[in-house]
Amino acid sequence: MRELATLDRSPTLRRSASVLLVLLVASLALLIAPSPARAATGPCVADAATGCINGTIRTSAGQPAVGVSLTVEGGGTTVTVTTDAEGKWTAPVTAAGDYTVTLDPATLPAGETLRNPSGNPRTVTVTLGSSSGALFPLGEPAASGGGGTGPSPTASAGAGETDGETGAPTGSSTEGGFSWSRLAQQTVSGIVFGILLALASVGLSLIYGTTGLSNFAHGEQVTLGAILAYIGVQTFGLPLLVSGLLAVIAGAASGWIQDAGIWHPLRRRRVGTTQQMIVTIGLSMALQYTYQFFFGASALRIVTANPDIVTIGTVRISVTSIWSVIIASAVLGAVAYFLLATRIGRATRAVSDNPALAAASGITVERVIRLVWTLGGALAALGGVLMGLYLNATSWNMGGALLLLMFSAVTLGGLGAPFGALVGSIVIGLVVELSNLVLPSDMRYAGALLILILVLLLRPQGLLGRAERIG
Amino acid sequence: MDWSRIFTNVAGEIFAPTTAAYALGAIGLNIHFGLTGLLNMGQAGFMLLGAYGFAIATIAGWPLYAAVLVAMAAAAVFALILGIPTLKLRGDYLAIVTIAAAEIVRLVGRSTALTEITGASSGLRGNEYKHTFTGASPFPDTVWSLGPFSYATNASNSWWIRIVAWVVVGLACLLVYLLIKSPWGRVLKGIREDEDAVRSLGKNVYSYKMQSLILGGVIGAVAGIIYVLPRAVQPDSMGRPMTFFIWTILLLGGAATVFGPVLGSIIFWAGLMLIKTVMRDGVPETIMRNEQIEQFGWIIVGVTLMLLVIFRPQGILGDKKELAINVR
Amino acid sequence: MSADLPTTDVRESRRAAVAATLADVERVPGAKKPDPIVVADHITRHFGGMTAVDVDHIEIQRGAITALIGPNGAGKTTLFNLLTGFDKPSTGTWSFDGKSLHGVSAARVARSGMVRTFQLTKALSRMLVIENMRLGATKQPGENLATALFPPLWKAREKEITVQAEELLARFKLDTKRDDFAGSLSGGQRKLLEMARALMSKPTMVMLDEPMAGVNPALTQSLLGHVEALRDEGTTVLFVEHDMHMVRHISDWVIVMAEGRIVAEGPPETVMQDQAVVDAYLGKHHDTDLGDDSLLDDDTTEQLEAEVRAEAIARGEQEETS
Repeated sequence: MRELATLDRSPTLRRSASVLLVLLVASLALLIAPSPARAATGPCVADAATGCINGTIRTSAGQPAVGVSLTVEGGGTTVTVTTDAEGKWTAPVTAAGDYTVTLDPATLPAGETLRNPSGNPRTVTVTLGSSSGALFPLGEPAASGGGGTGPSPTASAGAGETDGETGAPTGSSTEGGFSWSRLAQQTVSGIVFGILLALASVGLSLIYGTTGLSNFAHGEQVTLGAILAYIGVQTFGLPLLVSGLLAVIAGAASGWIQDAGIWHPLRRRRVGTTQQMIVTIGLSMALQYTYQFFFGASALRIVTANPDIVTIGTVRISVTSIWSVIIASAVLGAVAYFLLATRIGRATRAVSDNPALAAASGITVERVIRLVWTLGGALAALGGVLMGLYLNATSWNMGGALLLLMFSAVTLGGLGAPFGALVGSIVIGLVVELSNLVLPSDMRYAGALLILILVLLLRPQGLLGRAERIG
Repeated sequence: MDWSRIFTNVAGEIFAPTTAAYALGAIGLNIHFGLTGLLNMGQAGFMLLGAYGFAIATIAGWPLYAAVLVAMAAAAVFALILGIPTLKLRGDYLAIVTIAAAEIVRLVGRSTALTEITGASSGLRGNEYKHTFTGASPFPDTVWSLGPFSYATNASNSWWIRIVAWVVVGLACLLVYLLIKSPWGRVLKGIREDEDAVRSLGKNVYSYKMQSLILGGVIGAVAGIIYVLPRAVQPDSMGRPMTFFIWTILLLGGAATVFGPVLGSIIFWAGLMLIKTVMRDGVPETIMRNEQIEQFGWIIVGVTLMLLVIFRPQGILGDKKELAINVR
Repeated sequence: MSADLPTTDVRESRRAAVAATLADVERVPGAKKPDPIVVADHITRHFGGMTAVDVDHIEIQRGAITALIGPNGAGKTTLFNLLTGFDKPSTGTWSFDGKSLHGVSAARVARSGMVRTFQLTKALSRMLVIENMRLGATKQPGENLATALFPPLWKAREKEITVQAEELLARFKLDTKRDDFAGSLSGGQRKLLEMARALMSKPTMVMLDEPMAGVNPALTQSLLGHVEALRDEGTTVLFVEHDMHMVRHISDWVIVMAEGRIVAEGPPETVMQDQAVVDAYLGKHHDTDLGDDSLLDDDTTEQLEAEVRAEAIARGEQEETS
């Protein structure tokens, strides 16, 4: 049973702000603790004027190969670097182009040989603002010269799911250790990512609040927005703004159609929320493979031109990201205003709180739910467009990969509390980006998932939710 | 349209080891959801853990039975870790936690940080861990043909794995049958219906739910072993889609029944093969490429799941009166 | 357990015997009983800012039928939940049959001999009636996972349980419904089923939460008979009820709660007249004509204010001394 709660949520905003501040400080404090293994010797940081070439060399037993010497030639310059105590080496370059990296076998640890002698020297292409890697695996020389790493087959039997990273966001460096400039960079990335995530999560939270349904197909609403923007820009040649707008309108329409065609009839038939949740799982599958059916499995770039980078202090951020944050914040502000100050918005919060009581007060619950689905679809589509621009690419499973992050954000903030979704999203965004400083980049989503589990363990109602009887 | 080839392919799916592996995974999920009402959305995580446990132990040189025990132990510990906090929470919370946990298993497994142990995203190659299993086979190493079906006796996609897999499936069905008919199963049925009522009768509900979670998870781990024996351990192929296929299979065959998961798996894989081979032969390349036919098959799976849950949630073998869609 | 209900003579004599033991008990809230089976001290339950239960002292007499009555929101079901382990109190200690139940889970409370029924009947609808009954039994080795796999280990006990179940079903006149789904029973029959199921474990004390709610009047007589039969066999009964007829008819002792506190205790005949009870149900000034304008003068207002202050002081004192 849900308790009656007041409809006045302005204290909530204040609470949200202070909670956000506390969490921001806390997460920064947590992640500031430098792990000794990453004592920085001035690793290369990719920015607007610098590109990096780097790598890690391990012996055939997996230990770091220390003191190996490599020479980087190109663009009229020659740089010699040596691997440090962890086998890592970095070489900054100031011009984009091709560079030749040569490893000096005489400096290898005793008994080690290159596994692929024909792969030395290697040619690496570098652009400013990004890092490129060169790999020199050590071990028994292989008979057939493969590439640097072994073949990495994607699963073909059954549907394989590639990891959700569809592209590295601009300005996010994944190698190198800790430094204040990196911290600032990752924090800004985290906030940007979090605000964009919030666009998608608010809809999820509202849908759960008003109908009790955990919508596992919400990720596909996000993908829909990104893919429609891609079609608009790349296939029809429309300006980005127009494509984005059309994508949002289509997202709203898809939300409306879903509720009218699927969820409203199911609610009328009194189908339980668990059954509905499994229906959303089926819908998610069907939609994901429909996207893949029409657009293939590879990444799609909405905008092919490289983004313009702006440097603020030590932080690099693309102009697109700045605009995205402005648009997203404005929209979120509008949603907040809607929920707090308009009649329909208050009605939405009432239904979210206690549908029976709301209906008894004369609110047409079904109309509110229809509105919530439409609004949720529009917000998710917008989130998809902006997220697709931020991540430099979209693909059929972009939303699916983000889904768990959205659930983490919504659960952290409190299932059913839309402002909680905002707070939770920013925290999750920060965790994902800041964890780059301490975790290998392919595990950064794991940090967010761990938070999800911890929240459910310790405080299932989240930060801003009410403590209902859970279970 | 080469009907005899289509028939051979489809019939081959009926007793393929993958079909058995999914049936076993669905049997584990049946214990979780069908018998106890636990919404486990991370069964693929149990299977992946079982696969890793078995493969890594075998690579480390342990004998066959020990590696299997390692896999089962890993699943049991995972179930404990998952269960302790979440079995007190409401159903959808358990669903979200299990999805997240399975995803964490996959992310950690495929991470470059653990490359030496798990092979990162490339995974573990089959040759590294199949030898104890193939070595345990009583058959000579050759190729046998039974009608149109021709497989190796022992290597990879073999008759040996088929025999073992389906025997294990049969044993699991027997286990489920005994449990359903027993007082233990009766307590689970009550829990599925209304936990507080069962508590008021003096049963330790939490303990029963944990036992169910562990048992279903261990069966999932064995399913994982069977799944990877004919192929390789690749974390990306044992993620969310696998969990959702297992759900489709369970609901298709009928949750809370003994043979539902088996029937569901057979119909699922044979049906998919039928659709795909017919389309590959019948639909010209210009309309649909081969990968698209593959994806079309999965779209059908998604739509089937939706229709099943809406119109026939008890599946083929289930009893509408005993309908299990009630969440704990 | 015999299949027949005890005869009226036996019932009357048992009733008289119980009344005799309770004759000398003080008629005040928290009175001590000669042979209490449940003793509880300082039980409170707060929900946020609201206090649902604030009971100083309560004792339930062994072998008697005690009624717990009070207006809606008095905290009766909450007290029930606290005593049986379905809820955690904010403060308090209590014991059952001499053993402390503080922090004991609901299932263990049931196993120690105190079983309860629910206001909204929890008959397990998708199980057969006989399966419902079998579930209520204790000491069935087949309920252990390992033994469950070997039927010979638990078949014998299952037979015993089935015989016991069938006897109870016959006693509650549900034997014809043995193989039907519990969901197909009527509301009243489900209540009977829940009561019968609770008796499978041969409990020492049965707590009934509104057993008459939603039961058609024709069935109430037989329900009353079953509850009295429990007392006659020596089982202690505590029930929450709104039906005054039932309370007056069969209870040996009545405890009245209002606003989370116990306001009165006593045998049914006298407790109804207690001023505190009347006030609790009907409000303090229930016999005042609210349409009387002459009441709206300053004297009356001052008098009311004084009463309110006195009440607040009295409550403050009570809290200090407790």
